[in-house]
Amino acid sequence: MSAVEVKNLVKKYGSFNALKGISFSINESEIFGLIGPNGAGKTTALRVLSTLLSINDGSVTILGYDLSKHAAEIRRLISYLPEDAGAYKNLSGRAYLQFIANFFDPKEVPAMMQIGIKITDLGARIDDRVDTYSKGMMRRLLVGRALMTNPRLAILDEPTSGLDVINAQEIRKLIKSTAQSGTTFLLSSHNMLEVEYLCDRIALISDGKIVEEGKPKALMEKYKARNIEEVFIRTVHE
Amino acid sequence: MSGLGNITKKEIRELLTPGTFIPIIIVALIFGTMGSSIQGIQEQSLAPPIIGVINEDNSTLSALASTLLYTHANSVYNSTTVSDLKIGLETVMQHNGVAIIIIPKNFTERITKDQQGTFQIYWIMKGAGLMDTISSSSLESLINLINTNISKELIKTNSSVNASLILSPTKRLETTYFKNREFVGVSPNIIFGMLSSQSLLIPIVIMMIIIMSGSIVITSMALEKENKTLETLLTLPVKRTSIVTGKIIAAAIIGLLLAVIYMLGMQYYYTGFQVSGGLNLASYGLSLTSIDFIWIGISLFMALIAGLSLCMLIGTFAKNYKSATTLTFPITMLAMIPMLITLFADFETLPLALKILTFAIPFSHPMMASRALLFQDYILVIGGIVYVTIFAIITISIVVWVFKTDRLLTGTTNLKIKKIFKKRN
Repeated sequence: MSAVEVKNLVKKYGSFNALKGISFSINESEIFGLIGPNGAGKTTALRVLSTLLSINDGSVTILGYDLSKHAAEIRRLISYLPEDAGAYKNLSGRAYLQFIANFFDPKEVPAMMQIGIKITDLGARIDDRVDTYSKGMMRRLLVGRALMTNPRLAILDEPTSGLDVINAQEIRKLIKSTAQSGTTFLLSSHNMLEVEYLCDRIALISDGKIVEEGKPKALMEKYKARNIEEVFIRTVHE
Repeated sequence: MSGLGNITKKEIRELLTPGTFIPIIIVALIFGTMGSSIQGIQEQSLAPPIIGVINEDNSTLSALASTLLYTHANSVYNSTTVSDLKIGLETVMQHNGVAIIIIPKNFTERITKDQQGTFQIYWIMKGAGLMDTISSSSLESLINLINTNISKELIKTNSSVNASLILSPTKRLETTYFKNREFVGVSPNIIFGMLSSQSLLIPIVIMMIIIMSGSIVITSMALEKENKTLETLLTLPVKRTSIVTGKIIAAAIIGLLLAVIYMLGMQYYYTGFQVSGGLNLASYGLSLTSIDFIWIGISLFMALIAGLSLCMLIGTFAKNYKSATTLTFPITMLAMIPMLITLFADFETLPLALKILTFAIPFSHPMMASRALLFQDYILVIGGIVYVTIFAIITISIVVWVFKTDRLLTGTTNLKIKKIFKKRN
C-alpha cells in the first residue's frame, strides 16, 4: 500500500498557480525527496500534505485517509518539520519536547521524551532555555521533536538546514535508521549530496510541475550524469 | 538618492500598510460617531432648562424670582397652587424637563423678616453621567442669579438689611426623582457624586484587564507566526477549537490576575480620596446583593471572553511582533470608549446612535452592570450578557474558521464564493 498518493494536485494563492496538477506516490518506509529550485512549489506541496493548506483541485491520500475529509486523523500519524521552524523561546528544550509529547497518548509520553532527548543530543543543555540555543542546537531539538512521536509519515522541509557537516551527517543517519524501522519520509532539500545519499526515490519539481521522477541512480543513468546535481540542472534548465 | 532619503523612503514603504491604517480609520470613524452624538447632547444642554413653576406667593420678591425663571428657562407648567404638584411633575416629565420649582406663600414675607426664603425644588434626574447633570447645573446657576437679584432688591429697598441674608437670601428644600425613586433632601449633584465615585473603579479596572490580556493574545499570535511555531502547532493532533480556546483562557487568567493586582492598588488610591459625610446610598435601598455581584462577575467574564476572542481574530492579521503592537490599538480604543461614555452619560439618556454603539461594544456591559443593578435594571444586565455571549460564540467560530483556512499562514482564503464569482465572470 502507498503511504502517500498525490493525484493532479492543484494549489493556488489567489491568481498564482503554485502547484499545477502534480502527481506522485510514496511507498511505506520509503524516503522520498522533493527537489527543485527556489519557488518551484516544494514547500507548498509539503504544507499541503501536512494539512496546513487546503487544496484547490486533485486529491491527496495519506496512509489511507483522504486529506480533504480526514485531516484530523492524518495529524495523528504524521510529523512536519518546517524549514525555518522555531520553538517557544521561554521554554527549556525538555519542556518543549514535553509540551509536544502531551498531545499524544499519555502512556507513550515517557518513551517519546526518552527518544526526543536522545535524538537532540543536547546533554545538560536540554534544560536550558531555547532562546540560548545555537542554530544547530535548535535544529536538532526540532528534528528530535519531529521524530520522537514515531510518526508513520515524517514530512521534513530541509531537515539539515543550518547544521554543520557532523550534525547534518548524524541527522541523515537518523533518518535512514528511522525509515528502516517503518517510518515513511517525504523531504525537500537543496543539498544534492544529501538527496543522493538519503532518498530511495526523488521527484524534481519546477514551476509547480513535476518534471522528472525516479530512483537517483536510474535518473543519473538516464541523463548520463555524474550526480543528481547534473540531473537537476538538465531537467530544470535544459 | 542620499542615505537619509533612501532610509526614509524604505521606512515609509514598510509602514504604509493596511495594517497600520485600517485600525486608525476604524477608530476615527468611531470617534466621528461619538463626536456628532456628543455634539447633540451639548446643543441640548445649551438650551434653556425646561422647568415647571408653582408660585403661591403673589408679592414682589416672588414675582422677581418667577420673572427670572420665565425669562431664562423654558417653563412648560405654571400654577399658583401646590396641590397641582403631581400634575406639574407629570407635565415637566413629559416635556423632558429638569425640575419643578415651588415658591411658597410666605416666600417674600420671610425674607422681609430677615429669614431665608425657601425654594422647594423637585428635581427630575434622567441619568447619573456628567452630561446628564448639565441641565440641573444650568438651573442651579439660574437660582444663583435669582439670589443675586433678590439681594440687589433688598439693598435697594432697605440699606440696613442683615448681611448674612444678603449673601444668601434663599435656601432650598430639594427632592430628587431618579429611576422611579424619591430621594428626599438630596440634589442630583450629590447623587451623581456618589454614583460616579462608586462606579468609576469598575470601568477603569475592566479597561485595564481588556487592554492587558488583549495585548497578550495579539502578541502571542504574532510571536507564534514570527517564531514559526504556529505551523508545527497546526500539524499536531489538537483541535483548532482547543488552540483558540486555550489561548483565550490563558490570557483571561493572566488578565484577571493582573486585574486583581491593579484593583488592590486602585482600592488604596480611592480610599485616599474618600470624602466622609457623603450620601449613604444603602439607606435609599441602593445596594448590591451577593446575587448582583454574581451577575457582575458573569458579565465581566463573558465580556473578557468576547474581548479576547476579538483579539484572537485581530491577532490572526498580525504578521510579527511589530504589527501586533499596532493591532492592539483598536482594542485599547474599544475599551476606552465605553469607559468614557459611562462616565459622561447613563445608557438610558444616550442618543440612539451612541446607545447602539455602546451596546455593541462587549466591554460596555460589565462597566454598566453595577449601576444598572443598583436600580434593579436586570433587563439591561441580562440582555447584555446574552448579547456578549452570542458575540463571543460568533467571534470564536470565526476565529476557528480562520484557523481552518489558509488565511492564517498565507493571508488568503480558499473561499468557494470566490470560485463562484470567477466561474460567473
